[in-house]
Amino acid sequence: MPKRTRNDQRSTTSNLLPANMTLKDTLEETYTALSANKVRSGLTILGIVIGISSVITLVSIGQGATASIQSSIQSLGSNLLLVTPGASKTVGFGVATARGSAQTLTNADANAIASQVQNVAAVAQESQGRYQIAGVGTNTNTSVDGVTSSYASVRNVQVGDGTFITDEQNTELAKVAVLGPTVVSDLIASGTEPVGQTIRINGQQFTVVGVTLSKGASGAGSQDDTIYIPLSTEQLYLAGNQYLTAIDVQAASADTMTQAQNDVTDLLLQRHNISNPSNADFSVLNQADILASASSITGTLTYLLGAIAGISLLVGGIGIMNMMLTTVTERTREIGLRKAIGAKQADISMQFLVEAVTLTLIGGVTGIILGLALSFGVNATGIVHTSVSWSAILLAFGVSAAIGIAFGWYPARRAASLNPIEALRYE
Amino acid sequence: MIEVKNITKTYGAGDTAFQALKGVTFTVKDGEFVAIMGPSGSGKSTLMHILGCLDTPSSGEYFLDGKDVSKLSDEELADIRKQKIGFVFQSFNLLPRTTVLRNVMLPLVYAGVGEEERKRRAGVALTSAGLPESHFLHKSNELSGGQIQRVAIARALVNDPSLILADEPTGNLDTRTGEIVLGTFQKLNEEHGRTIVLITHEPDVAEHAQRIITIRDGLIVSDAKAHAQRSAKHHVEPLTS
Ligand SMILES: Nc1ncnc2c1ncn2[C@@H]1O[C@H](COP(=O)(O)OP(=O)(O)O)[C@@H](O)[C@H]1O
Ligand SMILES: [Mg+2]
Repeated sequence: MPKRTRNDQRSTTSNLLPANMTLKDTLEETYTALSANKVRSGLTILGIVIGISSVITLVSIGQGATASIQSSIQSLGSNLLLVTPGASKTVGFGVATARGSAQTLTNADANAIASQVQNVAAVAQESQGRYQIAGVGTNTNTSVDGVTSSYASVRNVQVGDGTFITDEQNTELAKVAVLGPTVVSDLIASGTEPVGQTIRINGQQFTVVGVTLSKGASGAGSQDDTIYIPLSTEQLYLAGNQYLTAIDVQAASADTMTQAQNDVTDLLLQRHNISNPSNADFSVLNQADILASASSITGTLTYLLGAIAGISLLVGGIGIMNMMLTTVTERTREIGLRKAIGAKQADISMQFLVEAVTLTLIGGVTGIILGLALSFGVNATGIVHTSVSWSAILLAFGVSAAIGIAFGWYPARRAASLNPIEALRYE
Repeated sequence: MIEVKNITKTYGAGDTAFQALKGVTFTVKDGEFVAIMGPSGSGKSTLMHILGCLDTPSSGEYFLDGKDVSKLSDEELADIRKQKIGFVFQSFNLLPRTTVLRNVMLPLVYAGVGEEERKRRAGVALTSAGLPESHFLHKSNELSGGQIQRVAIARALVNDPSLILADEPTGNLDTRTGEIVLGTFQKLNEEHGRTIVLITHEPDVAEHAQRIITIRDGLIVSDAKAHAQRSAKHHVEPLTS
């Protein structure tokens, strides 16, 4: 009988290594295992796809809403303080809530602010009301804003065609009007040059001298849906009084806004003979405050949407864990065999962990693509503006990998700690 | 070289404790083909688990190639299995939906052997187990019982083990296919000098070995050379069954 000479070199190597399987081998095993149960793997991946894509879509909606609200607040003008008549109200979502109908602000107040408060770059007075407007064979009801020439720069309004209201027109009580683009499309037949046309406000004829550029904001109170006429004309012929509905104060710089706000408040309290600031018959809103409170609301909205999506991601993760636990039970014999032929705990747990992470990463990548597509789709409808950030994508990717590890860890440990004899005996 | 000294194995504790091995002593030299025979419940599988380093004895010593392996941790036992033991089970235990070649390479995957070397060694093992090369890339579930058991034998051979342990390897096969498998063991023993421990409850099967250790109720009742080793006549059997 021929005796075999044993080669014992091997017995001294690889004793201390925790796991010997290479990544390539692990991935090959993973592919075999996952493709053996395509439907189940697919459904499990679907859970993650839904979770990740809803995180991306909903967060992009939240961030899009934040961005568009911020840009519309910023488009009001820069370094802006809004003085409105009536008692101060809580700083709300928009500007309009604080704009009362009380008659407490006058031209004299505006002039005093311009001449006495330091750090003020410009002051614009407004007297606004809604009136019936008639064009050529068309009618509309919109906001008419009596303004001074400084309004254009303070409130960041640009004229595309013609000119804005001038100081001369104010002195002369001229019946001239500058139309917002929405008003133009409502009143003027398309193809007709608006400048030079005549419109009727409350039955009185006004000549169109300019058209403003669109600012993009929509809805009631939009500057695009406004007709600007000289302040003095508005006060005399339309409002019938000398009161203002707003004084727009432009601070010299962002740094001096708070100082200017305090000075304006003090000056008006003094002019109105009010000793207790809480009895003020006007309110001064700081643009930065408006922005901050709007941002905090949209930030909360984003978190809320993110949390809802996060819950579906969690459910997807539980799906992964459920599938992995089922797999471990089904493959008990296989695990026993692998251990019998020399697989270590680390080899087994790595194999099952990689399976779970692979499922979540496939789901994660698909979910990111679907989420991007959905968020572009939502944007394309024009109803909501969406904005996808790289951080949201990276976060989704990281979260899906983390879910794979977190929810795959327990099944993997369970597989690794199976006793090989028990596992081989398992039927 | 296997040296087992006064090994016992007790399952459970207290009132439910059951002693499956009650002090077993024997030696198997390199190149021997030994059958361990006994009726069902006599402790054969328990002994095989200990010999195969799947389990440790409750007391006694077990030297494998001179190294005491009776008190090693689970992870150390995994290393010993990887290097020194090849298993053949009654129920085959191949990975389904996986090629023959990949099944045979699996122990080398865990041993960290490189891909080319793995393929080469798996091919050599499959050839010595008598499986034709045309079957190497078949999925394991496409093979017949006899072919599957040859793949299992090849897998047991591939890491060049000190010891091949087979627990009822013919238990799920018909007599003729069983003969072929036993012939494969004989050939490996005679031509390649492999050390084989075959566990069975059938005297017919045990007689294919050179030496038969009989156990009953956890004790060795006889240990003798087979009167006349039965030859399985493997050389002439067709490989297609
Ligand atoms: N894990 C275990 N726990 C308790 N008893 C066991 C266990 N494994 C085996 N036994 C008992 O030990 C005895 C020997 O079993 P085993 O070694 O499987 O016998 P054989 O393989 O010879 O049929 C049997 O009575 C069996 O019930
Ligand atoms: Mg048994």
